Amino acid sequence: MRFLLDAEQAEFGRTLGRMLAAADTPAAVRAWGAGDSAPGSAVWRRLAGAGVFGLAVPEKCGGAGFLPVDLIVSFVELGRYAVPGPVVETAVAAVLLERLGDTGGLADIWRPAIAAGDAMVSYADLARGPYALDAATADVTFLVDGDTLRASDGSGPVQPSVDPARRLARCPGGAVLASGPAVRAAAAQADDIARLLTAAQALGVGRRLLDDTVAYVKQRTQFGVAIGSFQAVKHRLADVLLALEFAEPLVYGAAVEVAGASQAGTADAADAAGVGIAMAKVAAGEAAYAAARAALQLHGALGYTDELDLSLWIRKARALRNAWGTPAECRARVLPSPVATTR
Amino acid sequence: MDLELTAADEEFRREARDWLAAHVPAEPLPSLETAEGFAAHRAWERELHGGRWSAVTWPEEYGGRGASVLQWLLFEEEYHAARAPGRVSQNGVSLLAPTLFEHGTDEQVARVLPPMARGETVWAQAWSEPGAGSDLAALRSAAVRADGGWLLRGHKTWSSRAAFADRAFGLFRSHPGGDRPHHGLTYLMFDLAAPGVTVRPIGRLDGKPAFAELFLEDVFVPDADVIGEPGQGWRVAMSTAGNERGLTLRSPGRFTAAADRLAALWRAGADPADTALRDRVADALIGARAYQLSAYAGVARLTEGGTPGAAASLTKIFWSELDIALHETALDLLGPHGELADAAPEAPDHGGWADGWIFALAGPVYAGTNEIQRDIIAERLLGLPKGRR
Repeated sequence: MRFLLDAEQAEFGRTLGRMLAAADTPAAVRAWGAGDSAPGSAVWRRLAGAGVFGLAVPEKCGGAGFLPVDLIVSFVELGRYAVPGPVVETAVAAVLLERLGDTGGLADIWRPAIAAGDAMVSYADLARGPYALDAATADVTFLVDGDTLRASDGSGPVQPSVDPARRLARCPGGAVLASGPAVRAAAAQADDIARLLTAAQALGVGRRLLDDTVAYVKQRTQFGVAIGSFQAVKHRLADVLLALEFAEPLVYGAAVEVAGASQAGTADAADAAGVGIAMAKVAAGEAAYAAARAALQLHGALGYTDELDLSLWIRKARALRNAWGTPAECRARVLPSPVATTR
Repeated sequence: MDLELTAADEEFRREARDWLAAHVPAEPLPSLETAEGFAAHRAWERELHGGRWSAVTWPEEYGGRGASVLQWLLFEEEYHAARAPGRVSQNGVSLLAPTLFEHGTDEQVARVLPPMARGETVWAQAWSEPGAGSDLAALRSAAVRADGGWLLRGHKTWSSRAAFADRAFGLFRSHPGGDRPHHGLTYLMFDLAAPGVTVRPIGRLDGKPAFAELFLEDVFVPDADVIGEPGQGWRVAMSTAGNERGLTLRSPGRFTAAADRLAALWRAGADPADTALRDRVADALIGARAYQLSAYAGVARLTEGGTPGAAASLTKIFWSELDIALHETALDLLGPHGELADAAPEAPDHGGWADGWIFALAGPVYAGTNEIQRDIIAERLLGLPKGRR
């Protein structure tokens, strides 16, 4: 057992981090929220060029094969730099199409485009809520409605999210691509993967909020000393680190389980992985949210301003906490009601 | 990155499971914090040693199996899942022994460890003093140079299991007048039955005489029982402290087993509509799994040459708070039965949950309070400036 990233995976994360740091993602996020997707799309293409979306696409379609741990490495960085757009949904759409198998050639069209960064794809399951993320910007939105899968190429009016960079909209129906129990089964697995990638993103958001806040409390002085020397400040940040440090192994552990389940191909293995994912989502979502609360508090009134980039992460942490599974839903997955399982 | 065990590790786990299934007493032993229970637990340590399970990571010549740290984690998972008795030898095995391996002489290791493994010598930790708890460097008990050794004088307190233990290890001020409080300390081992030692048991929250205060009046300790260099006790002690806060004191198996039992309790009789309680049980499962996976990652790092360092402070806060949350949730789940102590014939799990709750309450206090650990995390892991406490 070696439960640690290998050198190549760790270096991949550092490389992505350097690339995103140089890309001025806060400007791209602000533009995205204002309806200008060009800077965000440019970041997107660079990510695809680095191979991020290919990690969700099989080799025969131009990807690297489905590599959950490497996807987590990527999505932590996407969260750390608040990359806008339907990043989770695009990766998950590729997974969904793979799980569905034969969709009349459709998968063969979209998956190479996803791997290459030529397609920005949104995905929504109406069982989870009526909104699709960034459907107005995406090239296509895959929509699961019960046991039917549609491809929707339009979008209703944008419903602003608490995170301005997340543009939510309802989607009209579209051409039916597949229907039947296989769609429902594939959607259930897609839901788990979306939840896992969201947890990874949240982890990155939380890390960034902590890093920025630590830097700030070292240089901000009050009463003649850096506020980071106050025990009340230290203890709050120690608790944030604690939450993030113990959420992280859950996220990677779930990814390892997903990889195992993907190879085993059994429903039991997939279900066990789903429980691990739900654990990871609770821990990472709560940790990121605690990081956001602490970041705002310790930045004081400065943190309450929109001009500070910190706001981009504070608001994202709140949105990610519930996206693809609220804490309550996830806890119910960890511990299903005995009524449902044994009676 | 993987979670797969090698065939050898699987075999080790299977062997531990089989042995425990055949040997763990069917009925829980009396509390090891009582004279009767202490004797019963000492006998259990002897039995464990018979199967060579009392100190699995030690070299075979001292009674161990030369097992890896990962195998130790696996053994602990099996041990707690089998509901095997608490370890009366824990202070010795998990605190003193690693210190001796790092700082002791060959003679000390060969003399001290085998009887520890056999449960013949049970060790207590004599660190705290009435004026020195988390501020350990404030300790005043003295070691005064004597012919061929040292004379110990002073007052130690809150020494776990010292009421019934055989020997103790602790820090003493040997070179007074140093410019910094943690200089001039010496780390020594001494006999609790030696002339000049008075042991006075102190009742805990649960009334059991679990720990004790020690009054030391010119207690002679030979030079052979000094660990490391005289005057360098702080450096020696800090390696013990890292063990105490880190994994070795509280293995993940303890919490995964307890969380599983809590979930079983919930499934067996909880009101499914009470989702607030359900969420707390789920959080216990999540916390235990997080601790387990974090331990696997930590072991991989150690195996590749890393050191736990200040990360042990994260571990200490996490397990101590998880332990309380787990037991509080169980007591709420048990409702009117939750308050039954282990003496109550109708106590669920022989009162384990209520007693465990009282024990868990001490977690944020001992091994360096959680407040001190948060300071360490902030200063050493986050790099925040030192300030007035």
